[in-house]
Amino acid sequence: MSRPVAGLLALLALLTAFPLFIGPYVLSVLTLVLFLAYSGQAWNVMMGFAGQLSLGHSLYVGVGAYAAGALFFYYGIGPWAGVWLAVLLCVALGLAIGFLAFRFRISGVYFALLTIAFAEFTRVGFDHIGWLGGPAGMFLRVAQRDTWDFANFRGPPLMYYYTMLALTAAAFILCAWLMRSRAGYYWQAIRENEEAAEALGVNSFYWKMLAIAISSAMTAVSGVFFAFYYNNLFPEQIFHISRSIEILIGPIVGGIGTLFGPILGAAMVTLLAEGLSDALMALGWDIPGFKRVFYGVVLLMVIIFLPRGVWPALARRLGLHA
Amino acid sequence: MDRRTFNRSIALAGTAAALSPFGIVRAQQQKLRVGMLLPRSGYLGFIGQSCQKGADLAPGVIRDMLGVEVELMNADIESSVDTARTRAERLIQEGANVLVGAFDSGASAAIAQVAEQRGVPFIVNIAAAPQITEQGYKYVYRVFPTSIDLLRNGLSLIGDLFQTTNTVPRTAVFMHVNDTFGQSMAKGIGAMLPRLTQLPFKIVDTIPYDPTAKDLTVEVSKARASNPDFLLIVSRLNDAIVLRREMVKQRWNPMGIISPGSPGMYEEQFFKTLGKLSDYCITNVPWYNPKQPLTQRVEKAFAKQNPKDQMPYHALNVGFTFEAILVAADAFKRAKTAEPKALSEAIRATGIKDRMMIGGPIRFNAKGQVEEQMSAGIQNFNLKPRVVLPASAAEAKPVFPVPGYRKA
Amino acid sequence: MPLDLVLNVAISGVLTGLVYGLMALGLSVIFGVVRVVNFAHGEMMTVAMYAATILFSVLKLDPFLAALPVAAAFFAFGYWLQKTLINPFVTRPMHSQFILLLAIAIVLVNGLLMIFGPDARNVQVDYQLESFEIGGILIDKARLYAATAALVAATALFAFFRFSLIGKAIRACADNYLGAKVVGLNVKHLYALTFGLGSACVAIAGCALSVLLEVTPQLGPVMTLLAFVIVIIGGMGSMAGALLGGVLIGTSEALAGLFIAPSAKSMFSFGLLILVLLFRPQGLLGTRA
Repeated sequence: MSRPVAGLLALLALLTAFPLFIGPYVLSVLTLVLFLAYSGQAWNVMMGFAGQLSLGHSLYVGVGAYAAGALFFYYGIGPWAGVWLAVLLCVALGLAIGFLAFRFRISGVYFALLTIAFAEFTRVGFDHIGWLGGPAGMFLRVAQRDTWDFANFRGPPLMYYYTMLALTAAAFILCAWLMRSRAGYYWQAIRENEEAAEALGVNSFYWKMLAIAISSAMTAVSGVFFAFYYNNLFPEQIFHISRSIEILIGPIVGGIGTLFGPILGAAMVTLLAEGLSDALMALGWDIPGFKRVFYGVVLLMVIIFLPRGVWPALARRLGLHA
Repeated sequence: MDRRTFNRSIALAGTAAALSPFGIVRAQQQKLRVGMLLPRSGYLGFIGQSCQKGADLAPGVIRDMLGVEVELMNADIESSVDTARTRAERLIQEGANVLVGAFDSGASAAIAQVAEQRGVPFIVNIAAAPQITEQGYKYVYRVFPTSIDLLRNGLSLIGDLFQTTNTVPRTAVFMHVNDTFGQSMAKGIGAMLPRLTQLPFKIVDTIPYDPTAKDLTVEVSKARASNPDFLLIVSRLNDAIVLRREMVKQRWNPMGIISPGSPGMYEEQFFKTLGKLSDYCITNVPWYNPKQPLTQRVEKAFAKQNPKDQMPYHALNVGFTFEAILVAADAFKRAKTAEPKALSEAIRATGIKDRMMIGGPIRFNAKGQVEEQMSAGIQNFNLKPRVVLPASAAEAKPVFPVPGYRKA
Repeated sequence: MPLDLVLNVAISGVLTGLVYGLMALGLSVIFGVVRVVNFAHGEMMTVAMYAATILFSVLKLDPFLAALPVAAAFFAFGYWLQKTLINPFVTRPMHSQFILLLAIAIVLVNGLLMIFGPDARNVQVDYQLESFEIGGILIDKARLYAATAALVAATALFAFFRFSLIGKAIRACADNYLGAKVVGLNVKHLYALTFGLGSACVAIAGCALSVLLEVTPQLGPVMTLLAFVIVIIGGMGSMAGALLGGVLIGTSEALAGLFIAPSAKSMFSFGLLILVLLFRPQGLLGTRA
């Protein structure tokens, strides 16, 4: 067994055993870390693999959440069925956006802005959809929180933690497999030099669309998780651009296009934010805004000194292949 | 110290922090630890800070009143639902016996879930979305009325206003923020108004607007064009200011501006920014009874802690925040323990008659909701909010229509 | 719908749109030349608005007069920012640029929050609540002054780029980077100049807007988004396009608010953005790269 694989398995074992030692607060923070790691991994498929910068990924989180949420709210249909609708809708949306973009030759900053436009349009739109709650939000009924009811996805926070852990591990394995598959090579070719790839007969349109479809499908699942974990959905919060940014900060800080980057990045960023809050509270420096200024400065440092992300540099240090 | 040692010590410190045990019940707890969750930054920051003033003066007043020691644990929810959730978890982790918060309905809903999950009582000081107390939670209580109660009281006060001033306005335009709160009020008005036949007016146009809109020219133009007798409004603070100025710019002077129950027109910033323009605006909200002994006690404490400030500007925020903490302390005294389940039971049995807000005694129904909350008609005079209705608690007589009213 | 209502709203939309256009102009100039996507644009304008409010409250300086020193300060700041922080990123991938400017934006917004708190601030000049009455139409005085300032600034910038030597040099850099270097132009300096000019534009727009809007730290991100929408619709790199885009967005949002639902105003601009991106991505007045 190679070193990287051993390391990963050790990490997985650690994360599985962790809940035995930690309290509910740390558990909730870790769940959030895993949520962002998973979403970041999903986003990374589109950016790192297919080279398309999406600044509107909150669209898929929101649509996925509302799809599964609405089914539950109106028909009592559980998340295991709801997730199919969520994935279907998100893939359709993603493909539509991708199709429009590639058909009309929109790329780079224009593509990024297109994704923002779709997310914002949907945000304001959902504010006006009465039967989904509008701005007052949709509240999902929580039947119970004591026993692990997997079918309805209701239970103690521990259940949600392990589900997210499983999802993140699965996403990692999926991405690893994708990277080494034929799709991975085509994506690399397209990323490096699209024209040359096309000349060699690679249908870049098809492969780019595939990346978008996978990315949106994965993000849809995180949306469903969101719906049943937080149990209240507000368009202002779920479709907001800050959520899109939250998703992509992890991979960018950790390392775009790498496998472990999104996970490391999500962990670093979330723990930094929480740690800062606690440190400031302890020091009594409770000035609003202070924490996020710090956060911004750290982000600045990372992007200036480690432009390819923390993981590639760290991996080199540890003697691992990214 | 080389990097290895540094890293190791960080890891140890981190693990130690993570391993800190939770939920250890301190034997013979002498004081009540209240976790305050308020938006002290973000777009609700100003109002959250106002509520905090009510929290800060509570321990002193409660010590005198009940002989109970209250320790505050303050957290900023940053006007964000996600932050509210993690802060709530954090406070419980650090030993909060009861949570109080959070002004915003979305954040309060999130905190309610955490509280219910962890079995820690949560008392909502201010948040109007009805759903919060409709989820069948056993640990969630609310001292603030729901938007439905707020509306019912507010509309009935409007009727009283017209009766007292002998006016019969026939038409109104209704403008409201398009957020959780505004929408639930709008829905309520749509349902209630047709049935309240003693109210003489009809709503000729309803205009929702984005709470973060920077420019309300279009909305005010539209409202003015429908030529109503008066303006009915459900707003937040900043938008109320923008609306008022836009009305002046567009030379629109209706009979009056009345809110059936929303923040904004009685807040300090409204007076500071608008000066004389703030006069005569009417808001029907729960308010403190200036004649109650507890009110006067709190006012004294407020003046001591905030010498440059005046309590009428923070009446609602301070009043409800204080009363929420009072409920917690009173329950603690009766239960003689801070054990969460017993504390929750004690809260459920609350019956506080000596209170400051206008209304019946503080009593919770089966859903954890206070029912006998009343509203007062507050009108702005000379840059100060004054109680004009009900007559029993009034400090001044209501003025309607306002001077400067021009029939368009 | 009465005609004077429509006209009132439309005129107000045009005037406000001109000021937004000036803000977008700064962005267009920066992107057109330096090819950097300034995601901190709105935040910079918010700083300018705060500067205007401070100068007003301390020195009683009318914001339109304050625009001059504020613009000068912003020019210097923009020049410095480009030369030091941003220049290395000109050749880096867009997501890197994005995060750099996002980080700057976060620092700016929260710095403002720390210093000024979350309360809204504004400037209270005497003419602020007055309006001109022409026929049945009311024209907001402050709005008219702001729009005029925007037009003057935009014209000055246009003249600069058209007729001055440095302006031509900058345009040369934009058109042909390699050629410019070959000819011996100090590209780094010219880039920094351009960023400085774009920032000065943003500063003037901010001072003008301070008499129209209340400023809070949260205004920044909203304005950044608006600037991008306008620039894309008008045409990235086209100055007239930025102004036209601003007017178009201002007017259409106002009219959409009037005829449809005011709370859905922004849906309209985003819808328009999507359509432009699809059918005419270079914008109305832009040229295909």
